[in-house]
Amino acid sequence: MAKVLKESDNGANILQIKNVSKTFEDGKKAVKNISLNIKKGEFVTLLGPSGCGKTTTLRMIAGFEMPDDDGGQILFNGEDITRMPPHKRALNTVFQRYALFPHLNVFKNVAFGLKMKFIPDGEKTDKKGNVVQKFRKYTKEEIEEKVNKSLKMVDLEDYGHRNVNSLSGGQMQRVAIARALVNEPEILLLDEPLGALDLKMRKDMQIELMQMHKKLGITFIYVTHDQEEALTMSDKIVVMRGGVIQQIATPKKIYDEPANAFVADFIGESNIYSGVMKKDFCVEVLGKEVECVDKGFKRNEPIDVIIRPEDVEILDKEDKKALYTAEVTGVVFKGDHFQITAETIAEERNEILIHCNLNDVKEGDIVGLYVKPFDFHIMHKNRIINEIKTKMIEPNLVEICGGEFPCNCDLEADTPVKVKIDFDDVIVTDDEEDGIIGGRVITSIYKGSYYQCIIRTDMGYDFFVDTDDDWLKDDRVGITVAPEKIIIEKDEEVVESNEN
Amino acid sequence: MKTNNLIVNDNGVPRELKKRREKFRLNRKVFSYPYMLFLLVFVVLPLVMILVNAFLVDGQLSLGNFVDFFTQKTSLQVLGNSLLVGLVTTLLCLIIGYPVALILSKMDSGKILVLFFVLPMWVNFLIRTLATKTIFESLGVSMGMGTVVFGMVYNYLPFMILPLHTTLSNIDKSYAEAAKDLGADEVNCFLKTTLPLSVPGIISGITMVFIPTISTYAISELLSERTIKLFGDSISLKFNNDGAWGVGSVMSIIMLILVIVSNVLINKFSDGSTSNKGRNIW
Repeated sequence: MAKVLKESDNGANILQIKNVSKTFEDGKKAVKNISLNIKKGEFVTLLGPSGCGKTTTLRMIAGFEMPDDDGGQILFNGEDITRMPPHKRALNTVFQRYALFPHLNVFKNVAFGLKMKFIPDGEKTDKKGNVVQKFRKYTKEEIEEKVNKSLKMVDLEDYGHRNVNSLSGGQMQRVAIARALVNEPEILLLDEPLGALDLKMRKDMQIELMQMHKKLGITFIYVTHDQEEALTMSDKIVVMRGGVIQQIATPKKIYDEPANAFVADFIGESNIYSGVMKKDFCVEVLGKEVECVDKGFKRNEPIDVIIRPEDVEILDKEDKKALYTAEVTGVVFKGDHFQITAETIAEERNEILIHCNLNDVKEGDIVGLYVKPFDFHIMHKNRIINEIKTKMIEPNLVEICGGEFPCNCDLEADTPVKVKIDFDDVIVTDDEEDGIIGGRVITSIYKGSYYQCIIRTDMGYDFFVDTDDDWLKDDRVGITVAPEKIIIEKDEEVVESNEN
Repeated sequence: MKTNNLIVNDNGVPRELKKRREKFRLNRKVFSYPYMLFLLVFVVLPLVMILVNAFLVDGQLSLGNFVDFFTQKTSLQVLGNSLLVGLVTTLLCLIIGYPVALILSKMDSGKILVLFFVLPMWVNFLIRTLATKTIFESLGVSMGMGTVVFGMVYNYLPFMILPLHTTLSNIDKSYAEAAKDLGADEVNCFLKTTLPLSVPGIISGITMVFIPTISTYAISELLSERTIKLFGDSISLKFNNDGAWGVGSVMSIIMLILVIVSNVLINKFSDGSTSNKGRNIW
C-alpha cells in the first residue's frame, strides 16, 4: 500500500531497521514490516497520529519490545541488536513522562547510568597467557565531574541536591535529558518528550534540543504526533499510519510533495480533492482542466490533488488570470494571516481553504482564485475501488469480511470470487447493528465536497468510503451495500492455482 | 421567588415554624453524635478505667501494680517472648510475602490470585487456628515455639502481601525501563528502583503484621498447648483467672505504649523515605 523510500546501504548508517513487525499478545499488529535507515548524526522524527506504531518502533529500538520472530532485524553500526536486552544497548531514552526516579535526587538520577557502567581499564595477562581486558567502575570524582558537566549543559548546575518532585515540568524534562546524555550514547531516543509541557515551554525546548543536537553531533530519534514540531526540528521525517511507513523525506519534501492524501492531511492544513489526470501537464480538478507540472500518469487516471491554503491567490473576479470563481463563506483573523473559506462556483460546489494577507475580503464576496501550476500537488490514489477476494455462500449471497451480503449473482456456493464496491456505494450506518458488518473508523479526510473515510472491519480489511458525513475517528459503525452495487467477478487466479 | 417566600415567613404564622426549624436544624455535627457517644462509652471510658485500675491497690492510690509487674520475672519473660515472636513473624512474613507480591504484581491475573491469599481471612481466625492445631496433632508435630510462629505467619501473611502488592503494582513500569535503559541488569534494576520504591509498602506491611502479633491472643495458647504465653494471653489470664485487675491494667498500658511507640517509629521511618503513597491506602 505505502511506498517505502529505499536508500542505498552506505557505511554511514548508524541504525538500520529491516522488515521489522510487531504483533502484541492480544493479536494487535502495531508495526507492519517497516524498513528504515538512519544516518549518523541525523535528527529523525517518527511522526503519526496516536496508535500509528511510532512509539512501538522506538521501544523496539530501545529494546523494551521484541520484534516478531519473522526475520526482521535491527542493526546498530552493522551489529544485530534485535534480541539484545536494553541495558546492553549503547543508546539512551528520554521517556514520555520523564520517569525520573522519585527516590533519588537530581544528582543521583543523573549519576544512575554512570554508576552502572564498567569502563575499560587497561589489559592484563591471565594465568593461561591470554590478554584480558580489565574493567573498572567510574570513581566518585569522575562521576561528579560528568554529572555536573551534563547538568550544566541543561542549565541546572545548582539543582543537584534537589528532590525531583520539587521540579517544574520543564526542569524535569531537562534532568531527563541530562540523565540520558551523561552516558554519551550514540543515539538518543526521545519519546514525545515535550508532550507534557505548555506551548511556550515547548517552543523553547524545541530550540534547545536542536542546539543540543547540533552541538553534540549524535543521532536523535524523536517520536511525536505534533507535525509542527516535526517540521521544525527534523532532518528527516518518517510519517507512519496504522503501523506502516507512509513516507520518509525531509520536512520540506514532506510538506511540498506529500506521498498521499493521508500525509498531506496530517502535515499542515490542506485542500484535498479528487481529480482526473487528462494528459501530461493537465489535470481536471474542481470541475475545470488546469495546467500542472506533473507527468507520467495514465490518461484519465483518477488522482488526488492537494492545494496548500497559502498557495491560493485571491484575485478580482474579472481578472483573466483567475482559474476559478468562488464565494467567500468565512473570514477568520489568525494573527499573521486571514483564514478564508470559500466555495467554488461550478457544477459542484467545493469548499476551499485559503490563507492570505488581504484584509478587504468580506463574507459573501465573489472572488477569482489562482493557483500556480507548480502548486497543484498530484498524487496517485491509494485505491480506486474496494476489492475483496472471497467466495459465494450460495447463489445471490456473498461473504464479505465475515458478513453475508445479498447480491445479484447466480454463481454457485463456494465459488471463489472477486468483489468490487465503489467508494460511494458503501453505506455507513450510525448504529453498528444496522449494518451487515461492523467496523471502526480509522480516518476521515475532507475532500472539498465529501469526506473520504477508511473503515476497518473486524477481519482487518480497510473499506474506503465516500460519504457526506464526517465520521468520528475510532467510532464503531455498520456497513451495508445495496445488492445491485456489488460487482462480482469469478476469481480466475484461484481456480488456476487450485488446478496446479 | 426567594424574597417572596421570606416576606410570607415574616408575616405572622410561619415565624414560629421558622424558629423551631432553626432549633432542630440538621447539620453535619449532628451525624457525629452517635459515634461520639459510642466512642465515649466503649473507648474512652474503658481506657480511663484501665488507667484508674492500674494505680489502685485495695482502693488506695499506689504504684504497687507497676512494682508487681516489673519485679515478676515471668511477666517480663512474657513481654520479651511477645516481642521476639512479633519480630520473627514480621520478618518471615516479609521474606515470604515480598517475592509473592512481586510475582503477583507482574502477572496479568495477579489481582485474582491475591484474592486466593486473602480468602482464608474470611474464615474466623479461631476456627483456622483450631484446624491448624488439629493438623499438627494428626501429623505428630510437637507443639512449641515453631508451631506458634507458623500459626502467626499463616494468620498475618495476607496483611503483608496486600499492601506490598498494592504498592508494587502501582509502581510505574517506566522506572524499571529507565533503569534498564541506563544500563542496569535485572538484579540492579530491582535493587536500585523496585525495592526502594516499594519501601512504603514494606512499612505498611510491617505495621499491619508487627502490631497485631505482639498483642495477639489465643493463637499462641492454642498452638503451644498453653506452654508459651504471649502478652495478649497473659493479660487475659490476669483478668479472667487471677482476678488481678490492677496488674492486668498495667500490662494493658504497657501494651498500649508499645503500640504507640512502634507506630511512631514506623511513621518516622516512612516519612524519611521518599513518599508514603502506599500507606494512605491502609
